[in-house]
Order: sequence, then structure tokens, then C-alpha cells
Amino acid sequence: MRITCPICGERDRREFYYQGDAVALRRPDPDDTPEDWDAYLHLRDNPAGVTRDLWYHEMGCGAWLVVTRNTVTHEVLGAVLASDAARGAA
Amino acid sequence: MRLARGGQIDRGQRIAFRFDGHRYEGFAGDTLASALLANDIRLVGRSFKYHRPRGILTAGSEEPNALVTLGQGAAQEPNLRATTLELAEGLAARSQNAWPSLGLDLLAINDLAAPFLSAGFYYKTFMWPRALWEKLYEPLIRRAAGLGALSGRANADRYARAFAHCDVLVIGAGPAGLMAALTAARAGADVILCDEDLRTGGRLNAEALELDGQPGADWAAGVTKDLAAMPNVRVMTRTTVTGAYDQGTYGALERASPAEAARPGAAQETFWNIVARRAILAAGALERPVAFRDNDRPGVMMAGAVRAYVNRWAVTPGQAVTVFGNNDDAHRTAADLLAAGVHVTALIDSRPDATTALDVPFYKGAQVCAAHGRKRLEAVSIATTSGIDKLRTDCLAMSGGWNPTVHLTCHMNGRPMWNPALASFTPTPGAIPGLTAAGACNGTMSTHGCLTEGARVAAEVLVDLGFKPADTTIPQAEDAPYRITPLWTVPGKGRAWLDFQNDVTVKDIKQAAQENFRSVEHMKRYTTQGMATDQGKNSNVAALAVLADATGRGIPETGTTTFRPPYAPVTIAAMGAGGQGAGFAPQRFTTSHRASIAAGAPMIEAGLWYRPSYFPKPGETTWRQSCDREVMMVRNAVGICDVSTLGKIDIKGPGAAQLLDFVYTNTFSTLPVGRVRYGLMLREDGHVMDDGTTARLGPDHFLMTTTTAAAGQVMRHLDFVHQGLRPDLDVSICSVTEHWAQCAVAGPKSRDLLNAILDAPIDDATFPFMACGPVMVQGVAGRLFRISFSGEQAYEIAVPARYGESLFKLLVGLAETMGGGAYGLEALNVLRIEKGFITHAEIHGRTTAFDIGMERMMSAKKDFIGKAAAARPGLVDPDREQLVGLKPVGAVKQLTAGAHLFDRAAEATRENDQGYVTSVGFSPTLDTFLGLAFLKQGRARHGEVVRMVDHLRGIEALCEVCDPVFFDKDGGRARG
Repeated sequence: MRITCPICGERDRREFYYQGDAVALRRPDPDDTPEDWDAYLHLRDNPAGVTRDLWYHEMGCGAWLVVTRNTVTHEVLGAVLASDAARGAA
Repeated sequence: MRLARGGQIDRGQRIAFRFDGHRYEGFAGDTLASALLANDIRLVGRSFKYHRPRGILTAGSEEPNALVTLGQGAAQEPNLRATTLELAEGLAARSQNAWPSLGLDLLAINDLAAPFLSAGFYYKTFMWPRALWEKLYEPLIRRAAGLGALSGRANADRYARAFAHCDVLVIGAGPAGLMAALTAARAGADVILCDEDLRTGGRLNAEALELDGQPGADWAAGVTKDLAAMPNVRVMTRTTVTGAYDQGTYGALERASPAEAARPGAAQETFWNIVARRAILAAGALERPVAFRDNDRPGVMMAGAVRAYVNRWAVTPGQAVTVFGNNDDAHRTAADLLAAGVHVTALIDSRPDATTALDVPFYKGAQVCAAHGRKRLEAVSIATTSGIDKLRTDCLAMSGGWNPTVHLTCHMNGRPMWNPALASFTPTPGAIPGLTAAGACNGTMSTHGCLTEGARVAAEVLVDLGFKPADTTIPQAEDAPYRITPLWTVPGKGRAWLDFQNDVTVKDIKQAAQENFRSVEHMKRYTTQGMATDQGKNSNVAALAVLADATGRGIPETGTTTFRPPYAPVTIAAMGAGGQGAGFAPQRFTTSHRASIAAGAPMIEAGLWYRPSYFPKPGETTWRQSCDREVMMVRNAVGICDVSTLGKIDIKGPGAAQLLDFVYTNTFSTLPVGRVRYGLMLREDGHVMDDGTTARLGPDHFLMTTTTAAAGQVMRHLDFVHQGLRPDLDVSICSVTEHWAQCAVAGPKSRDLLNAILDAPIDDATFPFMACGPVMVQGVAGRLFRISFSGEQAYEIAVPARYGESLFKLLVGLAETMGGGAYGLEALNVLRIEKGFITHAEIHGRTTAFDIGMERMMSAKKDFIGKAAAARPGLVDPDREQLVGLKPVGAVKQLTAGAHLFDRAAEATRENDQGYVTSVGFSPTLDTFLGLAFLKQGRARHGEVVRMVDHLRGIEALCEVCDPVFFDKDGGRARG
């Protein structure tokens, strides 16, 4: 499996650390309800199909990426910088 | 028997080899199988379950019977297929699964017990009594069943892993593969051509066919020579593509040639990861047997294999060969045998409308219904319309038709399609993204068809990739139609074999269906059909046909089992090449590593790092003696410890302080330049992630220290928090762990020691507790931090890593003149337990700031990672286990980490569990064992006596619960 890092180009998956659902970028406010926090911390979808995950280019540039991929076909559909995604650019 | 003429062998080069201790000769170009047949050896192995005598069935990697063991001792390698082993001088092969010998195998008694050993026998028979399973049944079954054995010792041979990239990967170098590779190569694409055989050509080597008027094998050699001369082509023979994976990745196993393998230090096998933009599967087809009574007797062989032995190796597997088939292709075997001057006893075709022009006794509409003879074939019975004929013959060449080798197309869960005209499965297009099948594996059976399809598919692939395919001329070749009428089994009494390697018969499949294992996947597991090392390459389709018939369904409805990688067996040594011993994980050494080793320090692993455990002095016979001395040395004089393994993260930028305020529970924006602060970091779920000190080196410049264990995790976390949550902050984060060598200098004499090496001396006023700043160490720019993990007056001094070894030696040398010296991890641990300082033994991922008594470090004035979750009622429940100290007060003075705590009077059961011990050490300072533990409501229980029970080690001790800080509670020693 290979991921195209927006900074480094197409790289082998061994260079990346897998984190989990990109929902982690949408951190609730400190005074949001316990339910919001529970959902943010613990509740995850398990989609058969397209999913957006966080990957860390640990053995490369150190960028966190939002990788879009398909859990059924294993296609990697794209990757953007998590910082761009967090700024709402992607 | 070797034929007088022909074959792709070098008769000038005799090769001596051994089989079961006997010496034989073959020629260069032989496989072990062809050489054995040339020496008229028929019996080569015993079957898995019934220990039936078995001979060579095929001429390729699909061989189920002829498995041998090579090598002795650690290098012993079992289950090698004689059909793919290249003959080499001195090769010594041993047969398997027979005792005491291949000729007299006492376990062949299993064959007589066959009525009791049918499918599901083990499941039904060894159910009870349960206790007997481990002691009796399993060892017995394991001894009786099975293939070759491993030596049980580490293999010292070298194996390798390699990676390759290409535009077009061509899998298989038969007519279709060669044409595809040639077409792609001429268009300028980067091509890798793999074939598992030692030479290219595929079936062209096995057939007496001509291409453009020259022998097929010569044409293949010519094309291969052209390809090998092109810079954009890599031809890989002896290389089996074993699996198709995501994104055009393919696994391939390359075997070294015998000559290459014999070179000292050479890799025996190389496991390749090949990434191909496109792949062309030209894997050919495998011939399938027909099931009839005792069709597993040595001498019953595949018709195509008999042809291969005759044409390629000039060996006839019999003196009087009978040919039996249900398709036109089988007739070629008879023709080639006749052409080679071998006596053909009869040609039997199950199709009533079959014809032949060959001058042989011809039976049409007839079937071989039984094989006779035990250790070698003596005769066959033929069922004709007029009755049963018995024919004396020593070899039967059988053909039930050809199965396209669709395996790789199924590796990503694709299912092949049933093709009634071929009576077999063909690949479903698109089953592997980027892979296209061509030739026989795609159901194209004539040589001309294969050549044409190989070129056509390559041209299509090239256009997709943006290359311009050149016009290719297709060589003249046979274009005979492939006609077949399915024949799976010949009815009759007795056992008819489907899966030769796992001893599965037609009866077993029928029984499975009868017992309602009707799904193909259930049938497979119940009967073990196709579960041996050959994965049922010969037998799966016929077994499906039998199941379909037994369940009254068609073959397409019955479906196939799932083909998974690897296509052919791959040694673990090749897949894990480089991962043995020290290769298993990287090793990280500090700059003082050599000095520690030279001082005799045993090293212990801390993650990937190696750290000195203790530094033994003459006269010290136990680690405790050294550890006690080192602790006292730090308390009374000065000790040196390399602490470079702790994570160091450089954080710079206008947003640095804000970022730290967000990741730490406490505040860092208020930290003055030149000062260090202890910080606590939580995970977002409210549990402690890590702790450590962070120094402010400048207004916008911090240096964070992490624990050794969590250095990587914290770096990842900081990058995530910055990039993912606070991209607005202008800050740069960089791990500098390996850039700086850092030593702790701890003890009452630490400042005196430092002043001996610093260019400008320090004192308490300019460098108080928790100060930090740049220093010059004998002309080298370094950093000094006044921090203490021992509770003594202590410093950590850092220099660029290239000066680390000199610094360590300098510090230890000076310390030794002051009554001190180096100390290791054992002493470091005791020192920190005496002070109640935590490590990851305490912050193990399930503890909160509240649990470790640091809830006041969670700032109320700001948001930080983990704040919301840490406030959940469950995480601040006073009933939670809280950090306490333990001191033994009863007769037993020893404490053990991992032991559990109970009320004094309570039974030591899970229900009564009150907590557990995380760290223990013997304190020479206080002359007692000390422990850190988590105890329910622990902070309210200081002074209480609890019972420590170590169920594993059988140790019980009464302990007094106390404050976790045992020594110098007010911290005066560190400050003064």
C-alpha cells in the first residue's frame, strides 16, 4: 500500500503511522456536553466504503495527513495535510 | 529410463546425487524428479494420512506427492518438490513421512484402517475423554500424519528481501508471457518478466511444437536473449509470483540457482515486493487428474507431465505407457511417446466420438476404472462398452483436462467464472485492479492463441500507460481447437483419489455432503480438501464437481473456495529475511555505550535503546551489591548516568508557549527564560500520557524532555496537536533526541565536579534548582539543567552527540576521584523510588492525574488536552486506586512488583483486590524494601497495614501504607 504525501509524494505505507478516524480533528469546545466529548473520544463509524483516516508520515516529513480510502476495495483515493483540513481548506 | 536422444539436458555433464542414501547420476538440466525417473525410481514418498506409496505425478510446482527433505541439521529443509529441484552435484534428498523406510512403512497400516479414517474422523473420534487429547491423541496424530520435519534449530542460511518497480509485470514466460513482455519492452516500458521455472518458455519446453519452423524451446530462448539484452527489461527466472496485493503490489519468491546458492554468504532465496503499474498474468494452466480406483499408484501420472519428461528431459516414465484422457490434448502424449520410440500400450478416450490417426490400440468411450500394483503400477482395468479389459502397463498418462491458473486473480477476493466449453474456471476480468490475464490462464488453449493474446493484451496495457506499441509479428504456431467432455470420476468400488497430498477421496467429499457440509468452504474444512501445501492445485475443480453432483447443484452454483496467497509455498525465512536475531529490531546505542561495555556493565533494553544496568566493581558478586553501592555513592558523593535516551523535543516559534500550555496540564507561558518546569501531559481521554521537564531556552524557544518510553508517542502527539488542532499557532517542532548527549551529574558533590569542567563556574545563586542555560564545557558549547531525578542536588549536562563519549568518560573519571562514579538503571530506579518519582510503571496508561496525586497540576484557568475527559466523575472517584508508598512491616521483608494488595484479614481473591504494586526496590539509604503501589482510597489510608500477595511467585508480606515520598520529603537536598 502506498500513500501520496502532499509534501513527499508517493510513499510506502511502512513510512506512515496509522491513527484512526479523521473525526479527531473536530475537537469539541471545553464546555460542550459530556455526550459530545464521548462521541468525539469513543464513538467511531465502521464504514464499508469510503473513510477518512489520520496517518502520520513518521518516517518522512512528520506531516499528519487525512487519507481518503475505501475499506472495501482498499483503494487510496487521496491525501491532504491535516493542517489544511483543520483550517477548513479541505 | 533415459531416452537415447533429445531433451534440453547436457549429456556431457554428469551429476551425481543421492536419494535416501543411494547414489545415482543425472545430467545437467535435470530436476530431481526427472533424474529419479531416469533411474527408474517410482516410489518417492508416502502419503499424508494413509502412508500410501506415492510416485511423481507432475512436472511442476503443483506436485503433491514427490516431496523430499534436503540438508542436514539446522539447514534441513522439508517439503521441497522434487519436480522443481534442480539437480546439482552432491544433492542429497531424503523421502518423508515413512518409517522405518520408504519401502517398508509401518504406518501404512493406516491404509487398512481406512474405513475408520474417513472425513471428519478426528473430529468425531477424539472428542472425549477430554484429558486424553493433549497427552495421547494429539501426539499420536501428529506422529502419524504430516509431511517433512523441521530441524528445530535456527537456520544460519542467508535470505534476502528486495523491492522493485516497473511499468509492466509479466507473470509467466510461456508463449503468452514472452509475447507480452516482448511487445511491452519494444515500446519502451520498464518490464519485469517472472517465471518460476529455471528457464523461460513454459509449455514450449515440454512440447514437441514448432514456432516459425524452429523448436518452441529454441524460439523461447531466442526471445529471452533479446529481452535480456534490453536495458528496460529484467528477466527473473526461478521466481514465483506468489501473491497479488493492493495497488499493484506483487510478492515474488526468487530461488538462487544451485551454483549461486553455493557461494558463501549468498542469499538462498529472495522475497520480492514488486510494484507494477500494470500486470499481465500469463500463468498458463494446470492439468487435472481423473478420479478412479487407486489412481494414486506410483506410475499414474499427468499426461502433460509424461510429455514434459519425454520432450524436455528425454526420460520416459515407463516402458509401456497407457494414455487416458477426455480431451484432444491427451492424444499429444501418445504421439510424442511414439515419436520418441516409447511403446504405447493403448490410448483410451472417454469420449465416444473421439478419433485418432495414431497407430496405437485405441479405446473410445472407455475409461480406466482401476490401477493395479502397489509400489509401482503393474496394470490398469479399462471399462469399455463390452466389459472390463485388463492391460499390463507400467505408466498411465492421464488427463482430465486443463485448469487455467486463475489463482492470482482471486487474491483480492475475486471469484473466477465457470466456462462450460473448457469445463473449467477462467478469471473474472478486473478482479485485480491493473491485472489482465492472457493465454492459457485466460482459457486460450492453442499456442497461436496464446501468442496472439499475449501481444494484444500487452498492446492494450501499453496504450493505457501512454506508450505507443510497435507492430508485432506473431510467429507461426499450432492453432488446434481444445475439445473436452468433462470426466471427473470413474464410477466403481474402492477409493478414488482427488487430493493426493491430503489423502482426500471421492467418498470423503460425498460423505461431507451427506453430513450436510454442503457449502464448498465447509466441505473443504471437513475433508481437508485443498488444504495441503499444494493447496489443491490438481484437485480443487474435480472436488467441486463431485460436491456439485452430490448436492444436486451445478458447478457454478457450488462455487469455489477462496484462493489466497501464496500461490506456492514460501519459506518463512525468505518472508522474514533480515529479521532473525539482532535483525529483529533496530538497536539504539548511546554515545557512552562502548564506555559502559568496557566498564563491564550488563546492558538492558529500554525500548530500542540499550542502557547499562549497573557497573560492577571488583569483589561485587551480585547486582544488588553494585546497585546498593551506586545508590549510596549518589547520596553521599556524586554519580554519573547517561540520560540521553530520554526524548528531547525542540519547540520554537511565537506560538511555542501557547502550544505547551495546551498540551501540558500546567502552565508554561509563565515560565521565565532560563528556568525548567516539570510538566504533566494527558491523553485526550483524561489519562496520563507522559511527564517530564521542559526548559525555556529563549522567549520563543523551549526544550521538552519526555520519558525514554514515550518519546515517539509524544513527538507524534505534539505534531498532531499542532497540525490537527492548532494549525493557527506559528511553531516548529523537531526531535533532537539523537543530537544531544546528556548526562546526569547527581549528588552532594555534583557542583564541585561540574566546576572542574565548566569554563565558567556556577554557584547556587546564579544556578539555583530548576535553572537552565548555555554553558561552555572545555570549549564546547553545551547546555546545563539543574534538575533531579534522584532527589539529590543534581544537574543534567548536554553536549552535541559527537562529544558524548568524551563527556561521559571525563565526568566518570572525575567522579571516581571524588568517591563517586557511574551508576546504572538499577540504582536510578532505587533513587527515584526513594523519592516517590513516577515512571511508566506508574503512568501505564490507565492512571489519571488524580490517581498519582497530581490533580492540582491541572490548571483551572485554561483548556488543555484531556481536561474535559479528566473531569468525568469516574476519573476523580475517591474510590479509585491512588498512588501510595509501601514498606514491609512483617516477617517477610521482600516486596515484588505486580503483587496485589488485600485487607489484612481478607482472603486474597479477586473480589477482595484493593490494588497492586507497580515498582519495588531495596533502599540501602533506608535499609528496607520500598514499593510504589496503587491502592483504593490510598491517600486516606497512610499508616494502615495491608497484605501484599504475589500469587505467581508465592510471596506474601505485610506492608505499611505510607506517603510515596520516602526520603527527604521537603526536597531540601535537591535545592541546597
